[in-house]
Amino acid sequence: MAEAHAVAHDDPNIGVTGLDHRKLGMWAFLGSECMFFGSLIGTYLSYKGKSINGPGPHEILNIPLTSVSAFVLLMSSLLMVLALAAVQRNDMKWAKIWLFMTALFGSGFVGFQCFEFTHFVHLGLTLHTNLFGTTFFVLTGFHGAHVTGGVIWLLSLWVLALRGKLGPQDSLKVEICGLYWHFVDIVWIAIFTLVYLIP
Amino acid sequence: MHGTTMIFLAIMPMGAAFFNFIIPLQIGARDVAFPRLNALSYWVFLSGALFLHSSFLAGSIPDAGWFGYANLTTRQFSPGSHVDFWMLGLQILGLSSLMAGFNFIVTIINMRAPGMTLMRLPLFIWMSFVVQFLVVLAFPAITVALILLMFDRLFGTLFFAPAAGADPLLWQHLFWIFGHPEVYILILPAMGIVSEVLPTFSRKPLFGAPVVIYSGIMIGFFGFGVWSHHMFSVGMGPVADSAFSIATLLIAVPTGVKIFNWIGTLWGGSIRFATPLLFSLGFISMFIMGGLSGVMHASPPVDLQQTDTYFIVAHFHYVLFGGSIFGLFSGVYYWFPKIFGKVLDERLGKLHFWLMLIGFNVTFFPMHFLGLIGMPRRIYTYAPDLGWNFWNAVATVGAFIIALSFVVFMVNVAKTTRSGAPAPADPWDARTLEWTISSPPPVYNFATIPTVHDRDDFWIAKYGDGHGTPPRKAAPAAHVDPKSIHMPPPSYWPLLLAAAIAFTISGLLISMYQVILGGLLTLYCMVRFMLEYHRPAAGGHH
Repeated sequence: MAEAHAVAHDDPNIGVTGLDHRKLGMWAFLGSECMFFGSLIGTYLSYKGKSINGPGPHEILNIPLTSVSAFVLLMSSLLMVLALAAVQRNDMKWAKIWLFMTALFGSGFVGFQCFEFTHFVHLGLTLHTNLFGTTFFVLTGFHGAHVTGGVIWLLSLWVLALRGKLGPQDSLKVEICGLYWHFVDIVWIAIFTLVYLIP
Repeated sequence: MHGTTMIFLAIMPMGAAFFNFIIPLQIGARDVAFPRLNALSYWVFLSGALFLHSSFLAGSIPDAGWFGYANLTTRQFSPGSHVDFWMLGLQILGLSSLMAGFNFIVTIINMRAPGMTLMRLPLFIWMSFVVQFLVVLAFPAITVALILLMFDRLFGTLFFAPAAGADPLLWQHLFWIFGHPEVYILILPAMGIVSEVLPTFSRKPLFGAPVVIYSGIMIGFFGFGVWSHHMFSVGMGPVADSAFSIATLLIAVPTGVKIFNWIGTLWGGSIRFATPLLFSLGFISMFIMGGLSGVMHASPPVDLQQTDTYFIVAHFHYVLFGGSIFGLFSGVYYWFPKIFGKVLDERLGKLHFWLMLIGFNVTFFPMHFLGLIGMPRRIYTYAPDLGWNFWNAVATVGAFIIALSFVVFMVNVAKTTRSGAPAPADPWDARTLEWTISSPPPVYNFATIPTVHDRDDFWIAKYGDGHGTPPRKAAPAAHVDPKSIHMPPPSYWPLLLAAAIAFTISGLLISMYQVILGGLLTLYCMVRFMLEYHRPAAGGHH
């Protein structure tokens, strides 16, 4: 035990477990986020099929189109992995490309969601139409807001990289952003399955 | 507002004050893991508290109870901004608690001194650790509940609109999934304090300390499985009622185990009846009474009789006042010398204790009788011929005695800070690391980070373990120049970011333009906050 403590004395961010404080903090945050989305998804499910007027999910959700946007979001996770790998091996040219591409794919997902929301409003489904509209927009909207936050985060890292202020010694910052990004993707897998795929 | 204020602005922050001060000291660290996040958490808490209480100035005081049951809180039944102040204020306060929770989890896991394994953590640290997990996992539920309410009130959604098919019970479930763990968030810090105070003043190790730790973990774990016992009267059906009843009875087991461990600690000890110990004994005895009436409510038929009566008021004051507040005051008297460098006056302290104990019982014990003869909660007047007059008059007298006891406490603090003698490093002959350094401790806490060999490390260093291990000779302190210890420099960004967050959220009461402007300010402050120490100059950390 004592030897393990003696190791990383110069880096003030590494604790007795050998983990970086910031990484551990991010994991604690993601645990909390699980309860956050769990409560929102629980709300959606407990009101599922309780709307007393239309339009309902089966009349309005476009599964093929959303599958494409879900695919875009999931692919952005792959790009995130490539971005982290590039930063870690100090390949900053590709790091910039992959960071930007991850943010772009994320924005693509958000853009699709904006289109979807507008389209639904035209079809007569708003926040106040029925319980489906209420729960659907709030659940997917909060997920979209999380993706938007992630895009801003990625773009900030990208700007740092453009200015030459990001290198292998900062790879932990990219890794933590990646943890968040993958988490948001996983939440979408849950939402996509529960809201869109299960009739 | 009384309930909201006492829970979120009195008991929780009193616990948080001890977390901030004592956690780094007891685990042998110089600071928490994220000092700036800690500052941010404090400023956000302060702005949330000011926001919530500014409702008094605005003349629209939240009036829907601390649990704010929907759909009483929807726009239709609560027009005006009363409930808006409440839901937005709680949202800000929740943010602060969550940030503190992440910070303390990382601090306790990652910043322990060499040799301090998890099972060697002092009991106060263990109970605080469980509390942080409860905060991090329970607060999201109320965050979501408040978001749904906010959307209903501000943007016209239908979450709590029965006319559209909604079920107001959704609020109750979400609220109590938070609300019951919250009860343990309030009581566990006090249990941790008592588990520190009893061994010190009995001059014995805590009886069965590992079992007390496991019981604390069990309480935290079961705390998430009993929320619906707050809802027996809504008619959830026999299956749900039975399940939650059984779970609630189960949670009494680890709590009872702890009480026997505390009594076992006192048993055969050479006890010194100093003020901190008196408050701890007050905690144990009052908490037993509150716990017993709590077990009664675990039975749905009994609960149906007692729900919404003064019996419930008596019960939760016995656990939150008789429990949490007595425990926290035990901590105040115990750690006051460590925090402020002066020992509180013992004579006034004992007077404070006895007045508070008597006043507390005179106030709240009669409420058991009042509840059983049918006096409902949340009334401000009643007819004179209901037979409630006498005990209500007694309770009023008791309330004045409690107030008097607090006056004694304030006199004690004023007198001690003005003319008390400086406290030695270890005034109580105590057992844990914080007593090895001066009172008050230097900003960097430990000049040399200690190495820990046992749970009661300092005690064993002083006296040996009683089984043949001799006292440890204090290692000659390596001289460390305090100037070489780098502590984080002050930062303005936590304060500015907290102001931006409060500005944004209060915009929801005023104008959407303010929300947008505030959002941009928040984003700007966040980026500056994050980049403040991006690649500091070499050697700028430590």
